[in-house]
Amino acid sequence: MLDKIKEFASEFFVTGDPLILGAQVSIGLSLVAIIFVLTFFKKWRWLWTEWLTSVDHKKIGIMYIIASILMLFRGGVDALLMRVQLAAPELEFLHAEHYNQIFTTHGVIMILFMAMPLMFGLFNIVVPLQIGARDVAFPFLNSLSFWMFFFGAMLFNVSFIIGGSPDAGWLAYPPLSELSGSPGLGQDFYIWGIQISGIGSLATGINFVVTILKMRAPGMKLMQMPMFVWSVLSSCVTIMFAFPILTVTLFLLFLDRYLGAHFFTLDGGGNPMMYINLIWMWGHPEVYIVILPAFGIFSEIVSTFSKKKLFGYKSMVFALMSISFFSFFTWAHHFFTMGSGANVNAFFALTTMLIAIPTGVKVFNWLFTMYRGRIKFTTPMMWTVAFIPCFVVGGMTGVLLSVAPADFQFHNSYFLIAHFHQVLIGGVVFGYFAGLYYWWPKMFGFRLHEGLGKWAFWFWNIGFYVCFMPQYALGLMGMTRRVNTYDFDMGWQPLNVISTVGAFLMGAAFIFQVWQIAHSIKFYKKEKDGDAWDGRTLEWSIPSPAPLYNFARLPQVTSQDDWWEEKQRIAAGEPAKPLAPLEPIHMPKNSGIPFIMSVCWFTAGFGFVWDWLWMAIPGLIGVAVCMLARSFSYDTDYYIPVDEIERTEAALRGTK
Amino acid sequence: MAHAVSTSAGAHGGHDAGQGGGHHGDHHDQESLKMFGFWLFLITDVILFGTLFATFVVLRFNTAAGPTPAELIELQGIIISTFILLTSSFTSGIAVLEMNKGNKRGLILWLAITALLGASFVYLEVTEFMHLVHEGAAIGTSAYWSAFFTLVGTHGLHVSLGLVWMIALMLQLSRRGITPVTKRKVNIISLYWHFLDVVWIFVFTIVYLMGVM
Repeated sequence: MLDKIKEFASEFFVTGDPLILGAQVSIGLSLVAIIFVLTFFKKWRWLWTEWLTSVDHKKIGIMYIIASILMLFRGGVDALLMRVQLAAPELEFLHAEHYNQIFTTHGVIMILFMAMPLMFGLFNIVVPLQIGARDVAFPFLNSLSFWMFFFGAMLFNVSFIIGGSPDAGWLAYPPLSELSGSPGLGQDFYIWGIQISGIGSLATGINFVVTILKMRAPGMKLMQMPMFVWSVLSSCVTIMFAFPILTVTLFLLFLDRYLGAHFFTLDGGGNPMMYINLIWMWGHPEVYIVILPAFGIFSEIVSTFSKKKLFGYKSMVFALMSISFFSFFTWAHHFFTMGSGANVNAFFALTTMLIAIPTGVKVFNWLFTMYRGRIKFTTPMMWTVAFIPCFVVGGMTGVLLSVAPADFQFHNSYFLIAHFHQVLIGGVVFGYFAGLYYWWPKMFGFRLHEGLGKWAFWFWNIGFYVCFMPQYALGLMGMTRRVNTYDFDMGWQPLNVISTVGAFLMGAAFIFQVWQIAHSIKFYKKEKDGDAWDGRTLEWSIPSPAPLYNFARLPQVTSQDDWWEEKQRIAAGEPAKPLAPLEPIHMPKNSGIPFIMSVCWFTAGFGFVWDWLWMAIPGLIGVAVCMLARSFSYDTDYYIPVDEIERTEAALRGTK
Repeated sequence: MAHAVSTSAGAHGGHDAGQGGGHHGDHHDQESLKMFGFWLFLITDVILFGTLFATFVVLRFNTAAGPTPAELIELQGIIISTFILLTSSFTSGIAVLEMNKGNKRGLILWLAITALLGASFVYLEVTEFMHLVHEGAAIGTSAYWSAFFTLVGTHGLHVSLGLVWMIALMLQLSRRGITPVTKRKVNIISLYWHFLDVVWIFVFTIVYLMGVM
């Protein structure tokens, strides 16, 4: 009996690596610590009623952001491990198999479990406030989306200590990712983790399209929406069209592995190249899904801190929407070397060059917005200004890669690695950091320490260039991606050492950010009014943090940058807009179903990974029961009475 | 209600509770939001089926020396199930008409007929699959049959989920009658049902008719 348990445990847990053992111990200890703290301070009920069952978009947004920062930490540690391994030739810090796992999880986590949730967090917090709504269109579905993401991410991450990590690259190309190439469980964790969180992302896409199209404050026309809202709309429309492809692709790979189907196998008539086409039909739009909202964030910030209306509003809208359209016609540039023929390659090379044009338009719009503006260099603005040259260089190396004949040289080299890190860090990460700093006072009601933020900013930026500029050169010198070691005589060592130093500078920058947050909490100073930056859009017209119902009265919008115009009118001595009488506010009730249903999905996924049908089937039944329970519940909302609104408003604004 | 009329926005789905018929208006707005959301969901489902059709078309000749569709598919049974599904779409339409007339009993009756037709469609599909497996064409036989079973099976799974949902809805209708909420639910499921019908037309044409050609 004991032997059996031992045998099971050695199969169940990942064993034999001191790094992983250390991680297992520290994860175990932190779990114990969390449980102890929650029990000691009697916080379980608080956790359940205030957070786990909440359908409030602001709380869901905060949970997304916390989860994504944890994932940024994990993905960052992966990156540092890789950089240590590559710092010198023929190092044996990570053995080849472990290295494969780490670059796989680094990619998946950074894109799907860091960038996506950070983006959804900002969507959740900002969009309803900017359009003057009291929640998203489907608050229950919103909560479900979050928990599906969360448990999908947990399922993926747990593979690190249980069962073994995936190691077939972040997009898991077959035949390597087939059962023949990856017989371990890691690939199954990959499929189920991404599948579960992907369904959540799809639902978020639908939710925000409906919210933006149908729930804008009275009077707000489409062409008066803040630019961030436009960018969210373009991103969510792209999600709607791209994510079903991912769902199908992963499902087909699952069928290949689980039922022995022959979609992507080498035998039985399967076609591995079809997987590569399918995954990039999702994958290429996916990178635009994450970058478009960053463009929106920069537009808000650049206009706020230049004290000017955004230059070229209409061209910006047109650029966003055309990028989301063209993003579906460039996917084959990821594999010009596949051999699809000259005509196909020419088509995709041209579309790739074409999509650079609207992006270029935007850069000029930001520059002209700053031109003759009264620029204030706060941290959000610094990130924005740093983003522009970084993204321009990243974009131009992208155009170099789009030249199909030349791509045969660059393909899968460190040149490519440097390119996409430059657009993803310089664009997406810088953008979301800017957004996080910009809306932080709105989320929490206090500001982040500017000085520490500037330290973090400089470390990130210098670290970025030190890390990735050498990689362009390394790529041209012939270093290919995913190599875990290299020979002395390649001459790659000096540049690799520099690159590793840069990576650690960025690691230090992250520590500065954590310190910044901790410091700002310790020296907590409450925001006096809700308008932290002398803002232009509706979210700055209400207290920080926003009350449960956001707007006591729905704003009546008459122009773009409505809150700014209102402030100008009041400053000019014109009367403020008359206040309508308060009315009871219709709100959704909290629900535990999204959390429980996501636990059931996790159970089902875990069961399928291990091929334990006794676990997978009850999990799926649980999902069905949750859906029916929701369908049969009719008592899902309530009204906040007027006197309660009056009390809340008086307390928040300190008047009346 | 003066300014409420000019807008479609509001608290979660409902603008201005209270004024005039505010509470009723809330429900109305929320239901129309859900209806719109479901249309968007259907778009994503179109992409899902589109991807499955694309993989099917790519793999349609890859039978890897195994059985071919022309050898195994019996069109007669498929034509019968096609007629059953098309009829069920028609009966779900009648159910909606009964609902608009306010006839709860008629609504439930026609929904029940729709569900029965749907169940017989699923039954016929399962028998067809069993027959095919018996003849030596399973999901692992070749790329063609992988694509076949996945595409046709995904449609069948959609129909089966629709059945469970329809039964749940009939229970709710018998308990609560025709309200704005149940009305929206019936409208949505009938939309879903017609959608599956349209998808089936494509399955019938591309998989079956072109398969035996």
